[in-house]
Amino acid sequence: MTTTASQTSSPIKLIIEPRLTTPRWLSPVVSIGAIIVALILGGGVIAFVGGDPLATYAHIARAAFGDLGVFSDTLVIATPLILVGLACSLAFRMKLWNIGAEGQFYMGALGASAVILAGWVPEGTPRPVALGVMLIAGVVAGALWGLIPGLLKAKLKVSEIITTLMMNYIAIQLVNYFVFGVWSESGFQMSPQFPKMAWLPRLGDYAREIPALRGLTTHFGLIFALIAVAIVWFILYRSRWGYEIRLIGDNPRAAEYAGIDIVKNTVLVMMTSGALAGLAGMSEIAGVVHRLQGAISSGYGFTGIIIAWLAKLNPIVVILVSVLFGGLILAGREIQPAGVPRLIQGIILFMLIASDVLLRYRVRIARA
Amino acid sequence: MSDVLNAVEMRGIVKRFPGVLANDRVDFDLRAGEIHALLGENGAGKSTLMSVLAGLYRAEEGTIAVRGKPASFHSPRDANARGIGMIHQHFSLIPSQTVTENVLLGLDEPRFFLRLPDYDRRVAEIGQRFGMNVAPTAKIWQLSVGEQQRVEILKMLYRGVEVLIMDEPTAVLAPQEIDGLFETLRAMVASGKSIVFISHKLNEVMRVADRVTVLRQGKVTAAGIATAETSIPELARLMVGRSVIFDLEKKPQQPGEVVLSVEAVCATGAKGLPALKDVSFQVRAGEIVGLAGVAGNGQSELAEVLTGLRRCTSGHIRVHGDELANHSPLDAIRRRVAHVPEDRTHVGSAPNLSITDNVIMKSYRQAPLANGWSLNYARARQRAQELKEAYAILAPTVDTEARLLSGGNLQRAILSRELSQEPSLLIAMQPTRGLDVGAIEGVQRLLLAQREAGAAILLASEELEELLALADRILVMYEGEIAGEVIDGNTERIGLLMTGGGKAHPTQ
Repeated sequence: MTTTASQTSSPIKLIIEPRLTTPRWLSPVVSIGAIIVALILGGGVIAFVGGDPLATYAHIARAAFGDLGVFSDTLVIATPLILVGLACSLAFRMKLWNIGAEGQFYMGALGASAVILAGWVPEGTPRPVALGVMLIAGVVAGALWGLIPGLLKAKLKVSEIITTLMMNYIAIQLVNYFVFGVWSESGFQMSPQFPKMAWLPRLGDYAREIPALRGLTTHFGLIFALIAVAIVWFILYRSRWGYEIRLIGDNPRAAEYAGIDIVKNTVLVMMTSGALAGLAGMSEIAGVVHRLQGAISSGYGFTGIIIAWLAKLNPIVVILVSVLFGGLILAGREIQPAGVPRLIQGIILFMLIASDVLLRYRVRIARA
Repeated sequence: MSDVLNAVEMRGIVKRFPGVLANDRVDFDLRAGEIHALLGENGAGKSTLMSVLAGLYRAEEGTIAVRGKPASFHSPRDANARGIGMIHQHFSLIPSQTVTENVLLGLDEPRFFLRLPDYDRRVAEIGQRFGMNVAPTAKIWQLSVGEQQRVEILKMLYRGVEVLIMDEPTAVLAPQEIDGLFETLRAMVASGKSIVFISHKLNEVMRVADRVTVLRQGKVTAAGIATAETSIPELARLMVGRSVIFDLEKKPQQPGEVVLSVEAVCATGAKGLPALKDVSFQVRAGEIVGLAGVAGNGQSELAEVLTGLRRCTSGHIRVHGDELANHSPLDAIRRRVAHVPEDRTHVGSAPNLSITDNVIMKSYRQAPLANGWSLNYARARQRAQELKEAYAILAPTVDTEARLLSGGNLQRAILSRELSQEPSLLIAMQPTRGLDVGAIEGVQRLLLAQREAGAAILLASEELEELLALADRILVMYEGEIAGEVIDGNTERIGLLMTGGGKAHPTQ
């Protein structure tokens, strides 16, 4: 307690103070900076275990974005990611923690499959009609899977984190029941393949007219995803409903004071979120898998949480992040040390979340 | 005084916050055995200066000496060790624990076995010595606000504090409780302790303090002048830098038709206990009805019931004849019931949303802001810009987040939202609480303007002077009931009613 003077006179100190205004350019710059730092740190880890960071990154980039073919595959993975990313972004805006996009995805897939496999859409139905019915079925199934936790949350204040998480397992096992039992194709753990009318068109389907498209797997679901981005963007930033969602998300008591019906909005937002995830399931089943089977999602619903968070709940940014993650997932299947892309995903996530401090606070270095 | 060491000497204290110089080379002396008032408007730097002394903030420049020896505090614990303690406006007590448990919290003794009865005795002893009657085994939630404050004082006394800093201690107290507090403070001073009394209430400062230091915009405008040698107008001038007009122009005006009619309303509070018991009254157009009472006697619940935020168990609420009891908040908004809520940050605003988003809270449903489903943000920003100018909301832009606004500016933003709706009924809860003198005057003028415009106004305030100046009549609430109505501004009777003393003659 006697050395009072010396403690205050360190030569350089960091001053951290809250920002009063955040310039528009700052957020993207900080995010890109965080990704660069993450790649450097990831490179350090790769070098530490004896790998060549630059070669690894080059390999990942080639495997994900190297040519039109692999980029098309990247977009195929990005498609469901965009939709579940939107599902989470919308719910998270209202601070509704929908952890159930995975289950809603499965229910969307189940709903879309059911109308085909149960024969409600007769063989020979025109493709747009068949796909339209599948889309509605998938969206409705996802929405219903969101409705249940929504109602429980709104009416009984049951934590949606727990209910949506648990309902994931119910959905997955429900799909398994149908895959193993009802629609099992001669005992295999998968349903029969859908008739062609239930396949979303792929770029490769048009190779006869445009030869450059040969073999490209990107399917029409990407269009659904982009339309959904536009709709969610409009809802969040240009609609009265979006204003209500943002107000409830920031301060539910103020929202109540402003005359906003929180019960109604909780149910509606959970349903819409579920519908988007259900659409992702439908798009995956009709665009990629073409049959109902057990492992249709490699954790897309959970990745959607990360994507929404990294995109700062901004629908447009969700597209970019989804393509990046699509590429990393694809590269993970391609390259030998499959853990590396996951490791990089993790480091990027940490860095981006940590970098948020720089948006809220200004850090200065000053001489004392 | 030259032969006696000052209890505290602060020299050249400089403390900066982003964009604000909160303390600009401030000197402050505290003698042993005195009550020293620190006076200033909100944002003048009083609390900042004392937080530096109490170890909460570290000053960028300046020195502190305690009893002549230099001191440097890194935490409130350091300050405590040198005999300095601060009681904040918002108490830091744990409601589910007893008085003694709260007093012992954070201390090194007792280490493991609590032996509470021993400590109960010691706490009771200290209480008696300074004229504070608090049962050591009572749980905090059972105590009134005044009693809780005594627990905070006990905490400090138990820690052997010689210098006690109290940040606006009278804000939450009834007049009679204020008297009790002042007696305790005098007993403490008589035993040689020193007290810093932070306030912006001039009459209290004159009543209790020996000396006054006045701060304005972070600078000292009067250093340690004796209260005996100054006056209220003089202090007010030092505080605001200009002469303050204490008399507002309230035009005589005949109240019009009944706008709000409340009949036998009962409601339960947050703990499920009755909060409103058979409340009945009316408010007419062009009339300000004051609502007096110590905090927690049902005023908040009444406002919530009137605005649809709380259900009532029985009774009727009519606005212009339309039943509103147990209707939604939206129904109240549609009937142009404006509400300036008591809690600006938790109810009245969305802190992380922009000023624009905050000022359209009540009007986003209607044209021109709304167009069917969509919301016209260009119009909304334009509306916010107009309100920002008309109500002098100081902020960089209308996109600034509400959490970055100062208390006064946030209140102006809330008022701009509520008053621009041309309310037929305005429920204003503590609209000037925590604002500085200049801002208070602005808010009061806005309320009077609404009165002239023919709005019916229910005004709840903890400042009796404010109610006396603005209200046409004053209702006093006590334990969920309207204890009585005062028209002639008899403060003694209001004080009695506020503390349950008026119960002998039941109302109406």
